[in-house]
Amino acid sequence: MRAFTVLTSIAAPLPMANVDTDKIIPARFLKTIRRTGLGAHLFDTLRFDQSGAERPGFVLNQPQYRNAEILIAHENFGCGSSREHAPWALLDFGIRCVIAPDFADIFHANCFKNGVLPIALPRAVCDRLMEDARLGANARLTVDLQRQVVVRPNGEEVAFEIAPLPRKMLLEGLDEIGQTMQRGPAIDAYEARARQEHSWMPAIALG
Amino acid sequence: MPRTLFDKVWDAHVVERLDDGTCVLYIDRHLVHEVTSPQAFEGLRMAGRRVRRPDATIAVTDHNVPTSDRRAGIAEPESRLQVETLERNVAEFGVPYFPLLDARQGIVHIVGPEQGISLPGMTIVCGDSHTSTHGALGALAFGIGTSEVEHVLATQTLLQRPAKNMLVRVDGALAPGVTAKDIVLAIIGRIGTAGGTGHVIEYAGSAIRELDMAGRLTVCNMSIEAGARAGMIAPDEVTFDYVRGRPYAPAGEAFERAVGYWRTLATDEGAAYDRTVVMDAAEISPMVSWGTSPEAVAPIDGVVPDPATVADEAKRADMVRMLEYMALTPGQALSDIPIDVVFIGSCTNARIEDLRAAASVVRGRHVAPGVRAMVVPGSGVVKHAAEAEGLDRVLIDAGFEWREPGCSMCLGMNPDKLAAGQRCASTSNRNFEGRQGPGGRTHLLSPAMAAAAAVTGRLTDVRRLV
Repeated sequence: MRAFTVLTSIAAPLPMANVDTDKIIPARFLKTIRRTGLGAHLFDTLRFDQSGAERPGFVLNQPQYRNAEILIAHENFGCGSSREHAPWALLDFGIRCVIAPDFADIFHANCFKNGVLPIALPRAVCDRLMEDARLGANARLTVDLQRQVVVRPNGEEVAFEIAPLPRKMLLEGLDEIGQTMQRGPAIDAYEARARQEHSWMPAIALG
Repeated sequence: MPRTLFDKVWDAHVVERLDDGTCVLYIDRHLVHEVTSPQAFEGLRMAGRRVRRPDATIAVTDHNVPTSDRRAGIAEPESRLQVETLERNVAEFGVPYFPLLDARQGIVHIVGPEQGISLPGMTIVCGDSHTSTHGALGALAFGIGTSEVEHVLATQTLLQRPAKNMLVRVDGALAPGVTAKDIVLAIIGRIGTAGGTGHVIEYAGSAIRELDMAGRLTVCNMSIEAGARAGMIAPDEVTFDYVRGRPYAPAGEAFERAVGYWRTLATDEGAAYDRTVVMDAAEISPMVSWGTSPEAVAPIDGVVPDPATVADEAKRADMVRMLEYMALTPGQALSDIPIDVVFIGSCTNARIEDLRAAASVVRGRHVAPGVRAMVVPGSGVVKHAAEAEGLDRVLIDAGFEWREPGCSMCLGMNPDKLAAGQRCASTSNRNFEGRQGPGGRTHLLSPAMAAAAAVTGRLTDVRRLV
């Protein structure tokens, strides 16, 4: 996983609540066995009309936002399914940070596994950042994960919260599975104990 | 200290507690399907890792599979590739698998409980958000992304921080014609689609206790639509009777020992919840959704709401957008809305009890002219049981299509899709824009209500037909 330290970019304003995973990447594009290539279908129904032509009004179709690496939205971003294709699509398009008042739990967890930083900030703060984002190429936000601040174009710094472990994973771009596998002895010990305490629990063996 | 059902199942699975409160949580059952697993198996292969507990893992195809005759294979090349990829992966990694033509194949969340693979007190995960379903047994069950699928395959654990506890208590008795689906739609309408974010919901109260296991599975299934990653119901006699004798459940003396343990899982007297919501079952009517979010629901005898009455500007704009997409007018009676398609199926409502409920409404009646009505049983086992009871004849004679098991039109990954502009009465769980096909319009409701809509050609209060 690519580490996330400091990101400076224009930000795309998407003033919409409950942006669900079907909006981010519709189910018909989940028929892939790869992680890459999904950016072409990010926000498919918002970005394209039924003939496949771009909808000029949609933020990511506007020239100043095509290279945005930060997205700002309203409440409950990423609600719906567990599909990791949602952060894969964002990342493949180039978006590495989403700022919103809150996020759906599974989407939030999935972001961290892919080097995408979800930042939850109060609605009033999001609204101010949304105003910055509306300035397009004239305004850049800086997201500094080390210092846990978003720096506005006027230099004002907005602090954000993030749990220590996901922060460390992102900063160092760690392989979480490799980390957990180093805990093999603890997992072995748990399994030995569970075999005793939950001896009723059957294994799945196909007859 | 008194503990909740969630606390107890969580505590029993903590391998290690890390400095920041994150836990290494042991996973008892991992359910795998074709859409969210290929990249995970590929990750294992690249790193030279094996599946730690194939005997705690089960794979099945459901999302992509056609629901027409499947003996000739899958026509759609991308769907076929995903199914073939899963088959290669389970063979290479030694994971148990129910093949497409096996009677045990079906929607993963129907199959787990049905086979006794999902049991009370377990931790259960799957790369699908409706894994919350299995919590009806008193398990801690939640959906995970593909990176976490890979993590569980490799380590049989997940790194998780404990959720908060939320109690949703539904007291009293349901009125005739009101079902588990109506309960959960009413709950989501009340607390909203982010109401349970960060929480595990425990459902309790006499109306929940009175539900059979099928109804409890329906309620827990839609916990995720309320924002909660998991929903749980304390195991009781209904649970034990359901589990007893299932193919992969413990048997004989082991079953009795298991029940002894499962009885200890109920929330202790005096345990604290971070949030409590109390509802009166008697006030719940048959529900139907009118918008493109599962919280946009109303009683069937109500009307399409008017955005002009909403004070918050953003919420008003959302409602305007929803009504525009759904092509509905404020004030329009919900029972005046004509429908084109009826879909009875999905992990929410495709168990035998759901098909019985639908058949009892359509018996002696016929699907309205111009309406396409389909029934997609949740598994081969459900399909065979329905055929043994003659439910298939009742439904086919009434004009329904009787199809093979899978996720089907719930999310339109297979050929079962709505055309743009089509309006569907659906027993599934999500009414997002384009969910059942680009431009399709979804109204969520119960199986009995879907059957009523099929025979009248419009959204209908099922209480008028019984």
